[in-house]
Amino acid sequence: MREITYCDALNEALRECMTEDENVVLLGEDIGSYGGIFQVTKGLQDEFGAERIVDVPIAEAGFVGAAVGAALTGMRPVVEIMFIDFTTVCMDMIINQAAKMRYMFGGKGSVPMVLRTNIGAGRGTAAQHSQSFHSIFAHIPGLVVVAPSGPYEAKGLLAEAIKNDNPVIFVEHKRLYMTKGEVPEESYRIPFGKAEIKRAGEDITIVATHALVGASLEAAEIAAKDGISVEVIDPRTLAPLDKDTILTSVKKTGRLIVADEGHKTCGFASEITAIAAEEAIEYLKAPVIRNASPDVPVPFSPPLEKAFMFGKDEILESIKKVIAYA
Amino acid sequence: MRLTKEKLSSFYQTMQTIRLFEERIVDLYARGQVPGLAHLYIGEEAVATGVCGALNKADYITSTHRGHGHVIAKGAALNPMMAELFGKVTGYCKGKGGSMHIADMDEGILGANGIAGGGLPIAIGAGWSAKWRKTTQVTACFFGDDASSNGTFHESLNLASLHKLPVLFICENNGYGISVSQAKCTPIKDIASRAVAYDMPGVVVDGNNVVEVYKAAEKAVKRARAGEGPTVIECKTYRWRGHHEGDPNQGGRYRTKEEIQEWKEKCPILQFEKALLKEKKATKTQLDEITRATEEAIDEAVLFAKESDYPSIEEMYKDVLV
Repeated sequence: MREITYCDALNEALRECMTEDENVVLLGEDIGSYGGIFQVTKGLQDEFGAERIVDVPIAEAGFVGAAVGAALTGMRPVVEIMFIDFTTVCMDMIINQAAKMRYMFGGKGSVPMVLRTNIGAGRGTAAQHSQSFHSIFAHIPGLVVVAPSGPYEAKGLLAEAIKNDNPVIFVEHKRLYMTKGEVPEESYRIPFGKAEIKRAGEDITIVATHALVGASLEAAEIAAKDGISVEVIDPRTLAPLDKDTILTSVKKTGRLIVADEGHKTCGFASEITAIAAEEAIEYLKAPVIRNASPDVPVPFSPPLEKAFMFGKDEILESIKKVIAYA
Repeated sequence: MRLTKEKLSSFYQTMQTIRLFEERIVDLYARGQVPGLAHLYIGEEAVATGVCGALNKADYITSTHRGHGHVIAKGAALNPMMAELFGKVTGYCKGKGGSMHIADMDEGILGANGIAGGGLPIAIGAGWSAKWRKTTQVTACFFGDDASSNGTFHESLNLASLHKLPVLFICENNGYGISVSQAKCTPIKDIASRAVAYDMPGVVVDGNNVVEVYKAAEKAVKRARAGEGPTVIECKTYRWRGHHEGDPNQGGRYRTKEEIQEWKEKCPILQFEKALLKEKKATKTQLDEITRATEEAIDEAVLFAKESDYPSIEEMYKDVLV
């Protein structure tokens, strides 16, 4: 199968959905002729015109709120927020408006919009352009939160997000944009709330998100040489969460590592750990380990940022720790 | 008044419905029968009535925390409204939204809104949607004087003007953001002057004069439907009650009795009634009949609400996602 980048896979999903449904429109900063800060919308304005691919001023509350109003009245808008850090200036529109409308209107009306954004440190962009606070959105009832881990997931999950009738926070990952993988040329959708077992194993379960799925698979490969069998699960959507797949695996292996780039405290890794503690503690043979980011802002200085980040090596250490328990 | 007798009579009926509905809430709230918060619209009836009088059923409105008047004027029915205020399952939102979240997609009511300034971006989204879908729908966006200091106001006006969106920005200037007067919130005298910064018309009208509000709205609707863009209409008015029911002495801590009395003398309904009678557009008997029938409809709504059931506990878990 052909291989394309995560970025191009997203672009392809947008193009397909826009071709299929004229109610799909894109709003975002620099998404027009510039093609978006990470080039995800490259070429789309030429193809679909400036009425449907709209460059907006720096007014996140204004244009995200506009997407809410447009979605409520029959459109399927997709907005791009350049970095997840910038969602803080439009949080009312996301949390109080988009997420709440259907519920507080008693099931009347729906908000079929997608908010695309990204997380991830490692580009030397310091504390306001590198955060990974995707778990905040999973805390809010009424939002779907998507975490594509590779090009295949990026295309299929974005197509599903655009066709879905709920407000979707689609959280991409900066370091993945240029990674390549096999992506079918035809349209396909990956359903929400269905985790994927990326690698089957017997001794340890790793639940990983975004770029840490790849890191976990690498770690699992190395561990296999030592005879340790690791199962790697990609939840794909943080909300709704496929608890069954995770719990079935944990009950089988008895050991759990969670790898997520959010801060450790109150993060997604904490949530998975809590679920295991509540619903599968009698199966656990070892303490659960959270591989998560330290509870500090993302530092600028290269050695500090490097120390802030983690990947395959740290996950391998965790594997060694949990396997030490008989 | 060059409007038809029917149109004028409908204005009277709408204003009187809002007034009597709100007065009934005062009573029910004092008796502890309506839970939560009630932000009443008494004194401001001409604004919603005049603006919605210039709209069609297919047009949209976004509303505020003080939204009962807007939704009544746009066509909301009294029974499900009252039931919603009681938290009953027969309410507009199955009792899950309450006073601040009444919505009715069939009537183009995109929701009252508990966040000051929260409705502005949503309104421009509805306007943008009409433009994308190539309909002639317009959106009237109600907001208060103090919401115009919020970033959402400026972001929305800028976007709406830039893209010539069919939106009416209706500033209900009742002089206060809860307890703080306009003079303490902004150095400008007229909120409408902010329209200049976004290259759109900004007009100031007597918000207690329903015909004046209607005429300004009608002009703005024409402009919006013609694809010429948005308008700001600032309606100078006053809320007679406190910010919400329970505000001590109806806001007596931050405004004088004399000031409240002065505005009561400018009652929008009484003024309109006098004008109708003077210009022989209606008779006292006709107006009294409207009032009597409205009282009856409100009695019925209260009965409907009281006799309705509360939602079942299972209802709590429904409607989170589609």
